[in-house]
Amino acid sequence: MGGPEVRKIRLWQDRIETAVEVSGSGPPLVYLHGPWGIAPDRTFIARLAGANTVYAPHHPGTSRGDHEAVHVLESWLDLVVYYGELLDRLALEAPTLVGHSFGGLVAAEIAAAMPRSVGRLVLIDPVGLWRDDLPVKNWMLLNDTERRPSLFADPQGEAARLFFGVPNDPAARVDALAQSIWAQACTGKFVWPIPDRGLKHRAHRIVAPALIVWGKADRIVDAAYAQEFAARIAGAEIVLIDGAGHLPHLERQDAVIEAVRRATTASSRPQREPK
Amino acid sequence: MKVCMFHLMPYRDLPADFEQRYESAFIDPLWFDVADADKVGAYYNATLDELIYAANAGLHGVCTNQHHQNVYGFMANPSLMGAVLARATNGQNVAIVQLGSTLPSTTPPTRIAEEYAMLDCISGGRLVAGFPTGLPSDATIANAVVPVDQRERFREALALVKKAWSAKEMFAWNGKHYQLGMVNLWPRPIQQPHPPIWIPGSGISSTAENVVSLDHCFCHLSYFGARNAAQVSDRYWELAAEKGRDDNPYRYSFLQLIGVAETDAEAEDLYAAHAEYFFNKLLHTPHYYQQIPGCLEYPALVQALSGTSRAEVNLRDLKAKDFYERGFVIVGSPKTVREQLLDGVKRLRIGHLLALLHFGSMPTELCKRNIDLFAREVLPHLEGLWDDKYDDRWWPERLTAKRPAAALATAS
Repeated sequence: MGGPEVRKIRLWQDRIETAVEVSGSGPPLVYLHGPWGIAPDRTFIARLAGANTVYAPHHPGTSRGDHEAVHVLESWLDLVVYYGELLDRLALEAPTLVGHSFGGLVAAEIAAAMPRSVGRLVLIDPVGLWRDDLPVKNWMLLNDTERRPSLFADPQGEAARLFFGVPNDPAARVDALAQSIWAQACTGKFVWPIPDRGLKHRAHRIVAPALIVWGKADRIVDAAYAQEFAARIAGAEIVLIDGAGHLPHLERQDAVIEAVRRATTASSRPQREPK
Repeated sequence: MKVCMFHLMPYRDLPADFEQRYESAFIDPLWFDVADADKVGAYYNATLDELIYAANAGLHGVCTNQHHQNVYGFMANPSLMGAVLARATNGQNVAIVQLGSTLPSTTPPTRIAEEYAMLDCISGGRLVAGFPTGLPSDATIANAVVPVDQRERFREALALVKKAWSAKEMFAWNGKHYQLGMVNLWPRPIQQPHPPIWIPGSGISSTAENVVSLDHCFCHLSYFGARNAAQVSDRYWELAAEKGRDDNPYRYSFLQLIGVAETDAEAEDLYAAHAEYFFNKLLHTPHYYQQIPGCLEYPALVQALSGTSRAEVNLRDLKAKDFYERGFVIVGSPKTVREQLLDGVKRLRIGHLLALLHFGSMPTELCKRNIDLFAREVLPHLEGLWDDKYDDRWWPERLTAKRPAAALATAS
């Protein structure tokens, strides 16, 4: 099986090159990766591609060879408008938007800013809201002992092993670590030090039928946040995943794929008018 | 050459089990668990006393610095300390070396331009304006600077401060990180267009390159001694040559922990507990608080990850004799200290030596004794260096008059 087609799209007055990995066939689905870059999510993307044409863009600054793009977008507004430009360029008809963690926040923000351009919305353990009694743990400051148990329900499980595995070849190892650290830098830029960019003020604009997926054992963003999101997005459905932490799409991939598939193939609910 | 006293203002009386209680000397230690505000008041005053004592003893400058949320050193606003020092040393041939306020964490950075201008005015033009980028933990955790923005903010802020100091007309600053509609700074520094600018770093990075490009002085703040610094200094001098700069040693400042006593044996004994306190308790800073994604620019990140994997030294496993043997701390009789210092100064081409004459839990009496012996028995052997061939262009102009070493040696 061949890898995804990689389209390189120049955006933002030609100042940002975005690699978009395109795979599969079927209704269009845009996947927005989380803080660790696209690499760990490729197995999940491949599964999504079983029923959809998946477009998976690399967050600005994480496309190979375009690291300095991290400095081009200057604000949260820039980021949202940039994604509007990317969606326009992909010319997709009301795609499903799926985002994990940081990518979930971006997906929700796009659905609030451009309600008619998103067909369906799937948020997997998104950041973006804040409760003082359940502070979101800063994933960029995890020490060696807390890193695995903070991200995975089973810190010794296969998903954790794959996620934290690094190649033996020295050059490949440096590259893998650099990509992962830099992806955290590029995404963290927009949510440091607290991942609350005010989505709560705008979430009422979301009209796409929304599915909220959460790992029950998420120790970065507590699963109680599923309710917080659902309370702000009319008609949102929640699916909690047993035996999964902050990355349920890796730790319980079957269950997440099943939930996404059910939601995206359900007889279409009429989209509401934006408020 | 010039020799300045550097001070970190650490917490001097941590509980014996501090390193068992806390994995980190930064961010984590809880004030109400470890600290006492009355003691801290005494430490601030002792720090000022010790620096003023060093000025009176004949050192050429006194250095302050800014750190946050830690036990290792917490002059949260170095300008407050600098103000006291400027006032107390008025009329003396002593530089007020602010090393200094961290630009990326202060908004707007013209606040620092104002404070430094005040210090230059109060001191009668004796300010050295140091601009650190700030430790990652200071900038990004204590002050919420976005990690990937830290260096970019630094560069913009420094340009803004320099313009604010010297602009003849009011101006507007429409930058990426800072916007100010009407900049017309009051006061301005006596030293125009700007006081000497020193920029600290712990190694060669884009910051050091920037320092050479801007023709400022690079301060290598290492705690591992001149004996272990040649790799960095060699690279620095190569960089200077590549960019067409001369080999003037005053382009380079270096920090060294120093403890002097009458004999080697006495010194080794006197400073042992304080060296261990410094390296075992105060300096413990885990990588997740200093290697925050984004704090290194991408090329530097790749370089750091590619570095030959030296077995990392766990400072908590080392004892005083290790710190001495490895050259982290130079301790001994005046003869031993001056020989080791001269070796290092010449090898690295140090123009400004930043002597950490207080470190760890050292009590004031011992610190003052250290200063006395250093000023009387070591300093006179260092200060004549370089001046026959090089001008210090990174020193306040009003202080460049030669000082008779012999007179100073007996002054205290």
